[in-house]
Amino acid sequence: MIAGRPRTLVLRTAGTNCDRETVLALEQAGSEVDVLHLHRLLEDPDRLARYAALVVPGGFSYGDDVAAGRVFGLELRHHLLAPLRAFVDRGGVVLGVCNGFQVLVDTGLLDGTADAPRRERGYALHANASNRFECRWVTLRAEECACPWLEPGDVLPMPAAHGEGRFLVRDTAVLERLRANGQIALRYVSSGAPDAPAEYPDNPNGSVDGIAGLCDPTGRVLGLMPHPERNVSPFHHPLWTRQPRRSEGEGLRFYRRMIEFAARSA
Amino acid sequence: MSELTLAKPSMTPTAPDDSSPRSAERPCPPAWRVEVFRREEVDDPDGVEALAALAEIGVDGVRAARLGRGYLLPAELDRAQVARIVEELLADPVVDRARVTEPGARPDVPPGRARILVARKPGVMDPVALTVARAIARAGLAATGSTHGATPHVQSFRAWELEGDASRAELERCGRRVFANEVIDELHVDDEGLAWSPAAEPSRRADDAVAVPLRDADDARLEQLSREGELSLSLEEMRAIQAHFAELGREPTLVELETLAQTWSEHCKHKTFAGTIDMDGERIDNLFRETIQRATRELDRDWCVSVFHDNAGIVEFDRGTCLAFKVETHNHPSAIDPYGGAGTGIGGVIRDILGVGLGARPIANTDAFFVGPPDLPEDEVPRGAMHPRRILRGVVAGVRDYGNRMGIPTVNGGVWFDRGYTGNPLVYAGTLGILPRDCAEKAVAPGDVVVVVGGRTGRDGIHGATFSSVELHEESETVSSAAVQIGDPITEKRVLDALLVARDRRLYRGITDCGAGGLSSAVGEMGEDCGAEVDLERVPLKYPGLTAAEIWISEAQERMVLAVPPDDLEALLAVFVAEDVEATAIGRFTDTGRLVLRYDGAVVGDLDMRFLHDGTPRPVRTATWTAPATSDPGVPACDDVPATLLALLADPEVASKEWIVRQYDHEVQGAAVVHPLVGPRGDGPGNGSVLQPVAGSRRGAALACGANPRYGALDPEGMAMAVLDEALRNAVCVGGDPRRTAVLDNFSWGNCRRPEQLGALVLAARGCRDAALAYGTPFISGKDSLNNEYRVGDRTLSIPPTLLISALSIVPDVAHAVTMDLKEAGNLLYLVGATRAELGGSLYLRLAGVEGGRAPRPDLERAPALLAAVHGAIAAGLVRAAHDLSEGGLAVAAAEMAFAGELGAVLDLGRVPVEDPPGDDGGAPVDPTALRLFSESCTRFLLEVEPQHAPALERRIQGLPCAAVGHVTAEPRLGLRGPAGEVVADLAGADLRAAHAGPFATAERGRSAS
Repeated sequence: MIAGRPRTLVLRTAGTNCDRETVLALEQAGSEVDVLHLHRLLEDPDRLARYAALVVPGGFSYGDDVAAGRVFGLELRHHLLAPLRAFVDRGGVVLGVCNGFQVLVDTGLLDGTADAPRRERGYALHANASNRFECRWVTLRAEECACPWLEPGDVLPMPAAHGEGRFLVRDTAVLERLRANGQIALRYVSSGAPDAPAEYPDNPNGSVDGIAGLCDPTGRVLGLMPHPERNVSPFHHPLWTRQPRRSEGEGLRFYRRMIEFAARSA
Repeated sequence: MSELTLAKPSMTPTAPDDSSPRSAERPCPPAWRVEVFRREEVDDPDGVEALAALAEIGVDGVRAARLGRGYLLPAELDRAQVARIVEELLADPVVDRARVTEPGARPDVPPGRARILVARKPGVMDPVALTVARAIARAGLAATGSTHGATPHVQSFRAWELEGDASRAELERCGRRVFANEVIDELHVDDEGLAWSPAAEPSRRADDAVAVPLRDADDARLEQLSREGELSLSLEEMRAIQAHFAELGREPTLVELETLAQTWSEHCKHKTFAGTIDMDGERIDNLFRETIQRATRELDRDWCVSVFHDNAGIVEFDRGTCLAFKVETHNHPSAIDPYGGAGTGIGGVIRDILGVGLGARPIANTDAFFVGPPDLPEDEVPRGAMHPRRILRGVVAGVRDYGNRMGIPTVNGGVWFDRGYTGNPLVYAGTLGILPRDCAEKAVAPGDVVVVVGGRTGRDGIHGATFSSVELHEESETVSSAAVQIGDPITEKRVLDALLVARDRRLYRGITDCGAGGLSSAVGEMGEDCGAEVDLERVPLKYPGLTAAEIWISEAQERMVLAVPPDDLEALLAVFVAEDVEATAIGRFTDTGRLVLRYDGAVVGDLDMRFLHDGTPRPVRTATWTAPATSDPGVPACDDVPATLLALLADPEVASKEWIVRQYDHEVQGAAVVHPLVGPRGDGPGNGSVLQPVAGSRRGAALACGANPRYGALDPEGMAMAVLDEALRNAVCVGGDPRRTAVLDNFSWGNCRRPEQLGALVLAARGCRDAALAYGTPFISGKDSLNNEYRVGDRTLSIPPTLLISALSIVPDVAHAVTMDLKEAGNLLYLVGATRAELGGSLYLRLAGVEGGRAPRPDLERAPALLAAVHGAIAAGLVRAAHDLSEGGLAVAAAEMAFAGELGAVLDLGRVPVEDPPGDDGGAPVDPTALRLFSESCTRFLLEVEPQHAPALERRIQGLPCAAVGHVTAEPRLGLRGPAGEVVADLAGADLRAAHAGPFATAERGRSAS
């Protein structure tokens, strides 16, 4: 347990571009936040011990050259995997948003098994079915899952903005395993009817089973494609001019729960 | 010295001596070849999209297409290393399958597949290959025990595999028209002979200090030297240079001549706008100073912090914070390479913002495109030009990939279509930045170190400034390929990250971007008032072998120049190293008033700063204007209002731009309050966007724009007023305060050596002045792009006179921002502003095939009061929805508000306030219904108001034309009653929405969505 406001590390590198709004959301959610360049963390991986949570924000790390998140993922796998696993093992919370989710998928950190080779990974984030970058608001529903700080059934509108966010599995056995492990954390749902499965554009990229977010079997590592940090203020929601005045966006609740859990867990 | 010395620099670092015909296959590259395809059981969205593009150009022999991402890796790697690079970096274990081919070998391609390979020409930037090379090095994937960190040479390419029975000729056509742009790409059709060019090229001629003999040159020779050297200098300018050096008793060096050509180019110097003009007997000393600048000077707003003299205009946002705004054109590069041209266009204007004051943080991008009609028959595309659809797709993708990667939301813009843009499209890109008040000014002191940061310098973008100052022609794509640059947004993002750290630690005191003219313009401008000396061999190069002149004028992207006090140099360099950005001291600023250039210690240029900046002879140009002789067609009757309205909604100019907007990340940074698309379905075309730039403050900034090329052809002066009015009413509609609005002017014109073109420019500039003074909206920045013409044979196609006005408004409280979608049944609809019979240039007349007529002009006496009254009502919370009336008039505005809000409306046209235009002789017949529905008169708004607020609204607009013309209905239908009470239209919202989706936009959206 860390005294005072729980501390969060926002890890950035060349091409990270959602760090500012992520920091704002985390601060409003009650966290002290430091932003650190990957190279500084590589110089001193022990710095991780100071934090209750680690966030890999959105952006286009290294231009998303080769594939989204690929090079950042490679760097974490080659230089930081052991410290990251130790961080999770001692109760630390890891969140990857958008490009951060793509990076987490590539690291294998969502699998929970130690040091499985990359070629055995069973799922991927593929090019959107539209083959386009698309920016649009979607509705997520938190599922019954291993993630201890998501409230099952919680409905969370937020924008998605990506070109490679289609969740795919190698085969149905992988999907069964993810379900059995409680790893399917967030799904796209129809904006009008949160109990109905989402078709395009509510499912903006063609993800299998409407999967928008995945956690590891401990529930302490979570990745999702849409951006909760872009639905924090009362004026973020695209329909705020049609609604009674809001006090905050639903994304703030998401971060607040995460920070509250991290304060207890780490 | 021979004439060859001034010949165009070659784009290719290796001598292009490959004259073998394309059909003769070249040898396979002596490098490992990796091609990463999607697994057969995973769909390939790139292939689906390619098939759609092939069908569009009439190739139907291709049944399936798959894209392989290709990489060439050094032959020195062993098989295990290559396998590791593939497994760890290049291929995804779930979706990809990689084909690895040994050096020199042919790839093992399944039978029955045709192959089209597309590779960057040597010397063209290949950012993916750079990233791969660095990643291999950092992860030690090519390590041999002793060489952990060595960065290997890597090249990337695309390998298309096509199934079907397309003929070779068809495949060639696919390659040229869909897969490759031969300006920058090498195309290989069933030819595996990719070039492998790791070796550095030998040094080029060391003729940098060689003099160019001018002294004895006659006029013909001077003109020849300018033309063959691509200097774009006029005879008068060449004579001035000749005289200057004769006085000095020596000849200019090549570098000096190039420096003068860059600095004196129309692009950099704006010789026409600032020159002397004889207009129909009247002498105008300096058009810019007498119009645009004069309005700003007379208005003298205390919130204008920095106008015209820096990279962008700066205005106060709140007490401690300023906003900087700039819009640029990138027309000619986008014509020959739409993707790269638009990308580097946005990259360039972002650097303007990084380099304004001590540097601002970009918070929004804008874009505006003017292209030919999307349905232009293929055989009407001028020789050497691309189809407007390909151009539009390319520029959208270029802005998308650069803006999204930079993490800057693209929030406002527009697309206009006219045949006049077919050969010469216009691409505008803008950036808004935020900076602390005390960072608004910059300085340079003698002794400061000249530091270049960011990307390396290559032979890309040579002569961009001079290229943009001449007309395009059918061979532009071959002769001007060296003017094309390829953007690398992640390098620019690194520069941005490092720069803001250095700024906040005040480690430099002057900064500017490397744009047109490269280091020549950047260092030349910064040192204008003191002097500078540069050692050109210190400039980091992408590859060796550049001449001094090439280093000095290259427009390689993603570079900035800083003036750094010597004591801060070490700390500054450390900041950039920490962010992986190259920063290099290349010289120093002096107090000599001279620009001294050295290469390896030898002086290759020594120019007097005064001559460089003030030695341009000021041309005297002739201008004239004759109003087009057309009879007033009046307002013809509309015999089918529903069909006409649906056709107007489907007009490409009105129809949905959602397929574009959704490709832009308009949400990143989390500051959007009013988004570009509004309403429950997100399909309402918003008037403008509102940002909340300072977290925790409810103060907002609105961005909006206006343009109309059809008005410009009829009445350039009125057009300028009308588009300024449009930008303002768009800003007002979302909550902007018209009295706290700054505007930018961006002129794109034809060849102003033609007196009638220049006459139109003079009138438009005067229109800008008069409107800005009337509205109280100062211009804070702008740009002109002249010579927008396209020459085919002896025919010259000129663009319509085009003025883009961009507005930046303060929104006092974002909680009162308004969107255009109807909100609630039972609310009243107020039409504010008078409707007049001035349909010249309207979409209604274009649809009817009627030319000419009187284009709309705002009533400058009354318009400011209208804008202020509407703003007051919005700021007081009286308005639920607001939409401006523009293309398509009241009918289109009401339809858009209805379907965007998933509600309906009933309008009684008899209540529309109508008045006669000034000076109207009442000669031409005016149909009262068509007038009310389709007039595009300025300064009009349709407002949705709750009945309880109606009296308050009417009080605020008292004395101005305003009437309740209808109400909102729950049933999603648009009902229109004519002046005599008859029903002229009753349309379902679904039909309005479907029409607005538009055939072109629908096709774009459906191109690949599965």
